Order: sequence, then C-alpha cells, then structure tokens
Amino acid sequence: MSKTLFDKVWDSHVVQHIENGPDVLFIDRHLVHEVTSPVAFLGLKNRGIKVLYPERTFATADHNTPTRNQHLPVKDKLSANQLKALEENSKAHNIPYWGLGHKKNGIVHVIGPENGITVPGATIVCGDSHTSTHGAFGAIAFGIGTSEVEMVLSTQCIMQPKPKRMRINVDGALSKAVTPKDVALYIISQLTTSGATGYFVEYAGEVFRNMSMEGRMTVCNLSIEMGARGGMIAPDEKTFDYIKGREYTPKGQDWDTAMEYWKTLYSDDDAVFDKELSFNASDIEPMITYGTNPGMGMGIQKYIPLAEAVEGGVATYKKSLEYMDFNEGEAMIGKPIDFVFLGSCTNGRIEDFRAFASIIKGKKKADHVTAWLVPGSHQVEAAIREEGILDILQEAGFELREPGCSACLAMNDDKIPAGKYAVSTSNRNFEGRQGPGARTLLASPLVAAAAAVTGKVTDPRELMEEAFA
Amino acid sequence: MAYDKFNILKSSAVPMPIENVDTDQIIPARFLKATERKGFGDNLFRDWRYNSDDTPKEHFVLNNPIYSGKILVGGKNFGSGSSREHAAWAVYDYGFRCVVSSFFADIFRNNCLNIGVLPVQVSPEFLDKIFTAIEADPKAELEVNLPEQKITILATGESESFDINGYKKQNMLNGFDDIDYLLNIKNDIEQFAGNTPL
Repeated sequence: MSKTLFDKVWDSHVVQHIENGPDVLFIDRHLVHEVTSPVAFLGLKNRGIKVLYPERTFATADHNTPTRNQHLPVKDKLSANQLKALEENSKAHNIPYWGLGHKKNGIVHVIGPENGITVPGATIVCGDSHTSTHGAFGAIAFGIGTSEVEMVLSTQCIMQPKPKRMRINVDGALSKAVTPKDVALYIISQLTTSGATGYFVEYAGEVFRNMSMEGRMTVCNLSIEMGARGGMIAPDEKTFDYIKGREYTPKGQDWDTAMEYWKTLYSDDDAVFDKELSFNASDIEPMITYGTNPGMGMGIQKYIPLAEAVEGGVATYKKSLEYMDFNEGEAMIGKPIDFVFLGSCTNGRIEDFRAFASIIKGKKKADHVTAWLVPGSHQVEAAIREEGILDILQEAGFELREPGCSACLAMNDDKIPAGKYAVSTSNRNFEGRQGPGARTLLASPLVAAAAAVTGKVTDPRELMEEAFA
Repeated sequence: MAYDKFNILKSSAVPMPIENVDTDQIIPARFLKATERKGFGDNLFRDWRYNSDDTPKEHFVLNNPIYSGKILVGGKNFGSGSSREHAAWAVYDYGFRCVVSSFFADIFRNNCLNIGVLPVQVSPEFLDKIFTAIEADPKAELEVNLPEQKITILATGESESFDINGYKKQNMLNGFDDIDYLLNIKNDIEQFAGNTPL
C-alpha cells in the first residue's frame, strides 16, 4: 500500500495500537532540558523507577541560562536551582548532561542535529514545542508536556492519537532576500495559527529541495506556529551529507544499513494526504509580523490589514493591535524599533549569522538600537569566529553573547522592556513573550540586520542594492 | 493513579471570549522556574490579571467577583503556543477542572487530559450560546457529563455532545494515567526496543 513519509516513520514505531484510543509510540531519542523535566524526574522518584533507556536520552541546559558570564555561578536562584536539578537528575539516571560551559552545550534543537542525535526516520521528542525542528531530517519530532516527558523517561514510549497528514508544496524560485524564515511566516500567515492543528505536515517541492539543512530546520521549527504537531522533509543527499560523521550517527556497516532504510523515506507517488496545499515561491516577500501571533504577518512593503478584512474575531484583532500600538492600514516600513534579537532555535544557526553579517558588513549599528546576538550553540559560536563573522559584527558595533534560548522566551535576564519594539528572528510574538509588555516583530535575519543598522523597519533589499551600487 | 476522577461536573463558569489565548498568557515563561508542581495557580494569566506593581487589573475577568466556578470558557484556538504543561497545571491549580472552547491547540489539549482537566470542544454556535447565557446571568450553570459526553446549559436546557477518545475517557473517569498503562506493557516495549537500533 502507498504510504506517506509520515506514515512510514510513524507505523514503524507503533508498539501497540489501542482500539478507539492512542497509539503506543516508541521514541528513539529523547532530548531533555531544565525547565520541563524536574517534575517528570520527581514523578519517577515517587514511583521508585529509573530512566529505562538513558542511552536514548540527552540533557542540555538552555532555556533559563544567562548569555553573559556563563563561567560564573548563575545569579538567579530559581534558575540555578533548576539547572542543579537537571545536573543531579542526569547524574542519578546516567544521562549525558551538557551543562553550561560544556563544549556541546546550546539550544536543544541546535545541538541535536549538530551532534548527530537527529537522524532520518527517527522518532524524537522533547518537552518543547519547537522539537518540530528535527523534522528537517525526515524524523518525526514533536513537543510534549511534562507528563509525557515522565512517560518517555520511564517507558521510552508515548501515547498519541495518530495525527492527520498534510502536505504543503512550494514550487518556483524564491525572490531576492526571501529566506526560509519568510517562507514559513508566509505559510503561517496563509493558514493562521490554528490552520494545521491536528495535522503532521510534510513540506515538499522545489523550494524545500533547494533549501540548506539550516533552512529546512527553520521551516520545520515553525510548524507548531500554524498549530501542526510537527513538520518534516524527506531526507536526500543534502541530509545524508550533513549528518555523516557526526558523533551519534551510525558508523561503518551500521551507516550502510541505515542508509538503505533512509533512502526509502519519501512519500510514495500515489500516497494520500488528508489535506494538500500549494503555494508559489514568487508570491513570497521578505515578511514581518505586526500583531501578537505568528499568523499576523505580511510582506514587509504591505499595510496592516483592516479589522473588517481579517478572518476571526474583530475584538481579538483590535486588542492585538492595541497591544502593539499600531493602527489598521499603517505601513510597517519606517516604524522605529528599539531592540534587535538574532538567535533562538528558529534562527540561531551559522547560516543565520552569515545572513545577518552580509547586511551589516561595513555599516554601523544604529546608536539607539540594542542588539542581542545569541548563537544557538558553542559550535555555532566557534564557526562565527572561524569564518571571520565576529570581526564583521564587532566592526559594525555589535557584540556576541553566549549560547542559549535568551530573549526568545525571556526566562533569563534578556528581557525586552515594556513598550519597546524588538525585531526578532525568534518564533513567537505573543504578548509579553520577550518580556512583560514587550512588542515583538518577527522577521528573518536579513530584516533584523537591516533594522539594526537603520533603527527602523527596513526592507533589506534596499541595503543589498546599496552594496551592489 | 495520577489525578482526580472526573464524572459529572455542575458549575458556573468563567467567560473569556478571546481567540488564540496562548500559553504565554496562561502562564508567562518567567514563572516556569519551579522544580515542583506547586503554586502555579497564583500566576495563571499573570500579565492579564496583575499590573507590573502586582495590583490586580480591575477589568480582568478573574478579578471580577461576579464570575466564579470550575469551568473556564475560552475563545477559538485556546492554548496555542508552547508545550509547557505548566499552563495546564496553572488552570488546574487555580481551581478549574474543565476548559470549554470551540477549538483547542493540540499539545495543550493533551496536557490537560494528562493531568485530569477535561477539554470540551463545542461548536462555535454552542460556544456563543454559553457566552450569551453567562452574560445574561454570571451564575448560570453548565453541566459537563463525561459518561454521556454531553454539555448542557442548565438555564436553557440546550445541550451538545462532545468527543473524547474511549481510552482517555476511561482514564478520566477512573483517574488513571498513561504511565500506569505503559508500565503494564513494559515487556512488549523492551522487546520492541531490542529490535530498534539506536
């Protein structure tokens, strides 16, 4: 029978199907961080059981960690306490723990692929909704709650009803300055934040085939922002080249065996999807959001929609614009901004820093803009130095911080102050997401860079033209 | 045995007719630093409920004494965003046992079911009827009948049935959780793992 990529991976991991209930799904690899795990470990302790497969479990510290002076003790007592709990729990259960200062430390969804924990055809979970990132490799990867973290720690399984299948095709050529982030924000703006709820998405078509692994990770990362549990892309040569030789990927004979299997991971020609959508690459522009959910995005040259033209509740829409202090019908171009955040599991990889540097090279950061540039991991940080990007950043008046989730969710000190505007390469522009009262404009690293040097919302194509002129 | 049993809940309800209520509103990230599941109710809807100086915001529904009850009624796409189970814990810890909406985000719905808060998805029309009934009388009671999978506005007698998968329904009725189930099939899991390369 014809199967989708999603079906192939899911079905091969079902330990038991419960009639009129969920599937018992075996999890190959489980990523753990400090915020959503302590109560789960406490649950194991109360039941008197140990982690069933520590060799399938990996722990890192990222959500609440400072991005400066990581060699010093963490000042915030509650954060320090959570980090200590993860360290102790990892030790007690024999789980590899990559804490602050460890060379493999970084954002959980950046270090998974970097270290070869993420492989095609695997099932991967983590107590974080952006676990969907790992789908870029043809894995089924999704975020789970703490009760489910406890489930996976204690039984390596999770109980899930099988989601429906959706395929999103984007064909054609992307225009200048249109990045994977823009592709994702465009799709979300078309589907809304609940448009893919109940589905697992496969991204297909020319645009994704031509995308780098980093770009595919950005796209899959944002699947959750349209409500999808996860997103995935069939593995190809690019995927295999990326993972080959990384620490936790199979070696020797095991690699060959794995490759045989991985090469079967694609949707069969006549496989059936519950829903299929297609978009033209040429319709996508550099994107920016103007509201308080990631679906409220538009091409950067467009005008904020009128309430009457928007699907859904007018009151909710107006409340959102009121929070942002924007008006219907206004242009986004030229709006002054206060902060720029480059980083997160969405856009904290080396390619994102390359893109940012390509715009700011030879220019200066606007005086009134505070910029937080936060690499996704120590490996990303090392590449930034090796490639000479750090010099470009410093010459333009930027500084580089240490890795972590940082201002994406503002659990540490990196909080955007109330009322201030931040152009952020992260994933959520919810009210208060980047700090109480903070106002977030989601965008690509190119748009963030353009805003950082001009101090206002700017079309990056203008600066690129300058460079060519 | 993980949580309270749920059978029939009869209660007034707290209305929140806002769409896309995300988990950062339900509980902001800065309150996720606990290592135990305690006290999250205090920070439920923190930034909608309190000013920055911690004084209550008068107009927010949880600060309005005319509304109370064990049922929270929200607008479409309730619980979108992060996977933080802390959002469901906060809802539970505050005293809610049931959340009603016309649409739930996946992870939030699962998290609720895993801790014994019943997510009840109704049609947009029925959701409007509930909001209207509460507007007419803030003490209007709803009856959520899990065995019959039915929700009723008691004042008008209007009712609608709701879906829940049979397995989760039994868990809710009996207060069982998934780990109890999984530990019982541990042999099958170990056999499966033996055939699954790392």
